[in-house]
Amino acid sequence: MTRKRRRLYVLLLCALGLGSATALTLTAFRDNLVFFRSPSDVVAEPPPPARAFRLGGLVETGSVERATGPDGRPTVRFRVTDGAHAIPVAYSGVLPDLFREGQGVVTLGHLGADGVFRASEVLARHDETYMPPEVAEALKRAGHWNPAQGGAPPAAGWNTLDPARAAPARSGGS
Amino acid sequence: MDATSPIAAAAPRPPRPLHRFAHPGRFLRASGRVLPWLAAAALAVLAVGLAWALAFSPPDWQQGETVRIMYVHVPMAWLAMGGYLALALASAAALVWRHPLADLFARELSPAGAVVTALCLATGSLWGKPMWGTWWVWDARLTSVLVLFFLWLGHAALVRAFDEPERGARAGAILALIGVVNLPIVKFSVDWWNTLHQPASVTRLGAPALHVDILYPLLVCALGFALAFAAVVLARTRAAVMERRIRALELARARREERGAAP
Repeated sequence: MTRKRRRLYVLLLCALGLGSATALTLTAFRDNLVFFRSPSDVVAEPPPPARAFRLGGLVETGSVERATGPDGRPTVRFRVTDGAHAIPVAYSGVLPDLFREGQGVVTLGHLGADGVFRASEVLARHDETYMPPEVAEALKRAGHWNPAQGGAPPAAGWNTLDPARAAPARSGGS
Repeated sequence: MDATSPIAAAAPRPPRPLHRFAHPGRFLRASGRVLPWLAAAALAVLAVGLAWALAFSPPDWQQGETVRIMYVHVPMAWLAMGGYLALALASAAALVWRHPLADLFARELSPAGAVVTALCLATGSLWGKPMWGTWWVWDARLTSVLVLFFLWLGHAALVRAFDEPERGARAGAILALIGVVNLPIVKFSVDWWNTLHQPASVTRLGAPALHVDILYPLLVCALGFALAFAAVVLARTRAAVMERRIRALELARARREERGAAP
């Protein structure tokens, strides 16, 4: 009995040590383990020129301009914003299906001397909401949500919404 | 247990609930009765859940039909993490209480855990290509799940790497308990760091961010896959107990024959 108890205490002590070591390490890495940097990060701390990094944020509403480049590839210019700051991005290539105004994106590239971020890769970053098209339509019709302006309203307002009856009166909040 | 009752203190201590099932014979009898029902329930729930999820649930407003990958991806992710929690608990029981079945359970759990984690990574990759535009990125969520996969593989390999099963089981239990620090990292990676992977939809503060027409089939699928996982692990553990019994019997017979042959 007492040996079992001793083993239990040793185990708990090890868990405590390992847990606090991990917590300390993670706290130290907290700012470094970012997958992308926001426009505000970039403005506050401009990266050295020609250093590749990932810029993430939302595609600013009304900023997308599509064109065809001299080599026939589609090119697109848009602004990536986090609300406080926005950085213009130029990209030539195929965009992911989910790319649209108001959508989250993560772009890989470098900041040019003219302040334009030249992206070599654009990834779409969608949010954690999932709803049938009818529910999205009902929310848009009722004026509760414009996907180009930002994320969906609080989930409690629509996650039990019956699209057949489409009663927007239920979507309280927002 | 009940210190206030003098009768309970005087009476011989009843067997601890944990130890009742530690007896391999009792475990084989009980699990043999449960297993057919567990397997049948898994098949029934999965049949309903997958039909609902793949044929009768609506598409997502922006992801379209691709969202149906979620009905496999999310249950596999939950099983990968829940299964690892079970592995850690079994490892603690094996180290502290020398629970004889816990070692066998952990040994038989890790290959199944590696399979569900691999399926989670594979379905996630197939989902990421059309939606995000990439098969793989080294963000905190994806990387920590890859580490979880390696922990499962490492445990499965380590417990089988020793000539004496007891030493392998002990090494595996220590590895499993060290690896448990990865579980909160997997879960909270999407909140602590910015990642390409979106935050949690179901297990979050406030209402689930899925419409019920998508949430309910997901929960049924998750239950079905969990029952199937439990049935597979239980069947593997039963097989391991029987295997160990057969080995013990053969060893005893070999010893008897040796003794009989000796002058």
